Amino acid sequence: METLESLLAEHEFFRGLTREDIVLFTECASNVRFETGAYIFREGQPADQFFAVRHGRVALEVYVPGRGGVAIQTVGPGEVLGWSWMLPPYRWHFDARVLEQTRVLAFDATCIRDKCETDHRLGYELMKRLAHVFTQRLEASRLQLLDIYGRAG
Amino acid sequence: MAALAERQAVPLLDPRIPRLLQIRRVRRETRDTWTLDLIGSDAGEPFAPGQFAMLYAPGVGEVPISISGDPASPEVITHTVRAVGPTTRALCGLRAGDVLGWRGPYGHPWPLEAVPSGADVVIVAGGIGLAPLRPAVLRVLADRARFRRIALLYGARTPGELLFRRDLERWRSRLDTEVEITVDAGDAGWRGNVGVVTTLIPPAKFDPARAVALVCGPEVMMRFTVGDLRKRGLPPERIFLSLERNMHCGVGLCGRCQFGPRFICREGPVFSYAEVERHFTIREV
Repeated sequence: METLESLLAEHEFFRGLTREDIVLFTECASNVRFETGAYIFREGQPADQFFAVRHGRVALEVYVPGRGGVAIQTVGPGEVLGWSWMLPPYRWHFDARVLEQTRVLAFDATCIRDKCETDHRLGYELMKRLAHVFTQRLEASRLQLLDIYGRAG
Repeated sequence: MAALAERQAVPLLDPRIPRLLQIRRVRRETRDTWTLDLIGSDAGEPFAPGQFAMLYAPGVGEVPISISGDPASPEVITHTVRAVGPTTRALCGLRAGDVLGWRGPYGHPWPLEAVPSGADVVIVAGGIGLAPLRPAVLRVLADRARFRRIALLYGARTPGELLFRRDLERWRSRLDTEVEITVDAGDAGWRGNVGVVTTLIPPAKFDPARAVALVCGPEVMMRFTVGDLRKRGLPPERIFLSLERNMHCGVGLCGRCQFGPRFICREGPVFSYAEVERHFTIREV
């Protein structure tokens, strides 16, 4: 039977954590489903959660007057969504719109932050994993800026 | 899979005499890219996926262009050309019934015949790089039972710059093939992935222990793609790249396309990463 704990342990982002840490994160988690077209969060709203995507796909969008929501990145299974919850002022910088029915593990940001402040080893483990995500996304963003398909291959 | 890296010199067959082929059909793929179907009494020579030909625009010049057609139908020779310079612009300006000069097919192909049965095949294309990979996709799908998983990962700048849309739709509709497409910038109607093609590699479904990767696109894209394939555990000898340099003669006589100790036109354009790794990251080679 699938439990919240097993779902969390199977997720790519949490793979390899000790059972003890999995339990700690599970205490802040809930299993949530979003339908196509729904917004998981919107720019400017309080960033009080973060999400580990299990199924589906979500577009991070910036609203541009005259153009509507412009997708700058999509996030899919095995990835995490959102890091504005980590640092003040805890407000989302983008919209997150569901492109196809999406199941996520949603984590209460205050709960996670409190656990990390209490247990710095846990916090460091989480930060290392998030830093890996940041690095990948920064590299991908730089490649997007390079316009790498601009010349014939 | 040691045989994957073995190669022999391509025999020279009338290397500098072009044949005259007629354009049967022209299809506009994107804003600046056209696909030309060529026919003629001299057409019909079999080619292998990944090979190229020298196309001569009468009175303008000659350029190397990959063959993008179906290797099962060599009676029609298909090339997909992006208009980036005088010769390619002239080629893209030709219409059905016009004639151009053609010589080929040249170069070493994707090593599909040497890929063992039961292997996973990962095909990573960026931009116009899908053109030389299209024959490989068609060949792999025609022989689908020989392979285990097939993943096609394709990145383009925008939805409007995706090549071979009908093919992509057909391939995506298959239940036995993973096709993931991403663009750098979506538009209002785009519901697919947004991000560079390398972001498709970590979640792609293949087993690195039995996978072979075919990669084509701009060199910077291939460099980062190789990095991500290596992170997934693919060894250099099972990653194949199609390299591009300024080819002139196409048959290893002029030396224009020298890449380290190799001539890309004769010994490439397809190399395993193991063969070119030493020179791949050297600037201005």
